[in-house]
Amino acid sequence: MVAQALLEVRNLVKVFKSGMMGREIVAVDRVSFNIEEGEILSLLGESGSGKTTIARMILRLLKPTSGDILYKGRNIWKLKGRELIEYYRQVQGVFQDPYSSFNPIHKVDRPLLQALKNLQGIEGSEALKIIRETLRKVGLNPDEVLGKYPHQLSGGQLQRVSIARALLVNPKLLVVDEPVSMLDASTRIDVLNIFADLRDNEGVSILMIGHDISLSYYISDRIIILYKGSIMEEGETDAVLGSPLHPYTKMLIESIPRIEEKWGRKSRIRLDVDQKPTAMSGCKFLDRCPHAFNMCTRKPNLIRKDNRKIACWLYKNNYNQDIA
Amino acid sequence: MELLRVEDLHVYYLTLRGYVRAVDGVTFTLTKGEVLGIAGESGSGKSTLVNYIILPKPPMVRVKGRIYYKGLELTGLAREELGKIRYKGISIIPQYAMDSLSPTKKVKRIILDLARGRSREDLIEKARERLKLVNLSERVLDMYPIELSGGMKQRVVMVISTLLDPDVLIADEITSALDVTTQRAVLEMIRDFKETGIIKSVIFVTHDIAALYQIADRIMVMYAGKLVEIGDADGVVGNPKHPYTRALIESLPRIGVRYKVKRLKGIPGSPPSLLNPPRGCRFSPRCSEALEKCRFEEPPETLVDGRRVYCWLYSR
Repeated sequence: MVAQALLEVRNLVKVFKSGMMGREIVAVDRVSFNIEEGEILSLLGESGSGKTTIARMILRLLKPTSGDILYKGRNIWKLKGRELIEYYRQVQGVFQDPYSSFNPIHKVDRPLLQALKNLQGIEGSEALKIIRETLRKVGLNPDEVLGKYPHQLSGGQLQRVSIARALLVNPKLLVVDEPVSMLDASTRIDVLNIFADLRDNEGVSILMIGHDISLSYYISDRIIILYKGSIMEEGETDAVLGSPLHPYTKMLIESIPRIEEKWGRKSRIRLDVDQKPTAMSGCKFLDRCPHAFNMCTRKPNLIRKDNRKIACWLYKNNYNQDIA
Repeated sequence: MELLRVEDLHVYYLTLRGYVRAVDGVTFTLTKGEVLGIAGESGSGKSTLVNYIILPKPPMVRVKGRIYYKGLELTGLAREELGKIRYKGISIIPQYAMDSLSPTKKVKRIILDLARGRSREDLIEKARERLKLVNLSERVLDMYPIELSGGMKQRVVMVISTLLDPDVLIADEITSALDVTTQRAVLEMIRDFKETGIIKSVIFVTHDIAALYQIADRIMVMYAGKLVEIGDADGVVGNPKHPYTRALIESLPRIGVRYKVKRLKGIPGSPPSLLNPPRGCRFSPRCSEALEKCRFEEPPETLVDGRRVYCWLYSR
């Protein structure tokens, strides 16, 4: 028997209705994946891929249209009372913009004290001791941070405080949504190193939502490539990003500006015309794909292919092994 | 041929607590046919610098320095005079421009705002051709900005700001909010616009050195209001001289680098307040190679391998 995953996402769907006509936007379209204990998993995708919507559903900030999220085998929408509080303690979020994560009229001490009080029942001098220790763990000097208002700290400092807030209550899973995209390049890598150390030293699992391929490459054990709400390719980092098979993954990697090499002449990138994902019968990448053929008007399933999973008709030879 | 010359420019912001020295002594030129990249992190002064060239407005105060466009001094020109040069001579795409399109006007009406005495039919006809160049259908003309995706809006902004064939296009962080595939397409469009002669030269401002490296002929690196290094793109990126440029480039992960194999590190500390910048070299408090002298005296301009570098390591 295979060991139980820490978190299981099964056939997750989220549909938003937009405008007066009630146009349906399928932000997340039957997505399934696992997060194992002690791994860093990246959900990589462009805007409109549904990556943030998935993160928000895992954090219980948004209710799925259908599908299940199981934490240690239990459906997170059926948790109540103490169990729910325990879920909120074990699964913590860190968001993109630290300045909008903090209330500007309160000193940063307040949310830190509240987290300990509400989720662990720890107050007073013991709380302060834990706070100081945790701030040091994320590379901050407690004396430079405590007693300050959010606007008195730099983006990098404030994002570290926000990570410290999440760590205070000893979470098992961190869901971090674009945690470094607002930070300057010279401070990004140090924040990613904090996540790497957490995983290595404390076995914390991390689900990182992002769009920057080289940053995800640097930090992740596994990668999921999302496009318009569907998984295109999934597997170990070196497999998916080092030798991509899906035409979309290839296009993404071809588009990265690299510091060690200049682009050759003209790319063959086809831009998306309408970014809003709606219900579609065929492959969602069809209109941009340089390899599209007649099969692609039907939706490809996510199948296992060598060392990864892929949803593409080019690799259809074993399409009976539908695992999605 | 020299299109633009900026000489010892100092642009400050007047605040209640004193002057914020956002641009503090920057000198460079832009020649015809080149793409000059300006790289810097937040607070480096790069946006203030390029905005002041053609969109100077309070609370920016020019304390010192001059700007010349084809020999004509821009600094001190009256608003109306500068307005005549905007769009035709020097055109700027300010940061967030694509999110500042009037939501109540169709794209066509936004374009017609440029007419000012020109034939409206000609202008729209030209816009149609240009939209084709950036892979947009002419249907866009009858759409409102809200109906366009981010990548489409940014391409519309590019078409509008280059419609009068400016000599110089200044693009301030125009790819930062775009997806990576759209970013590559937009960067290639800028290059095409230059090669087809729609624009003659480009100043491209971004915090993303890797993106800059793809299109810039020369790169200028700014830190805390100062120019630290300027030279040809291959040299600056491949063999950076200033410790700041070096640390910045080393902190960028390459594709294929994982922390388990090679642990990278960022630059400790954060940029100084420009209300009261440190004496000497402004990078010295964060510099791992700082000498005693760096904390007291400003580094002079030094030529290293044909590149201008402002660092005491090269002029003892």
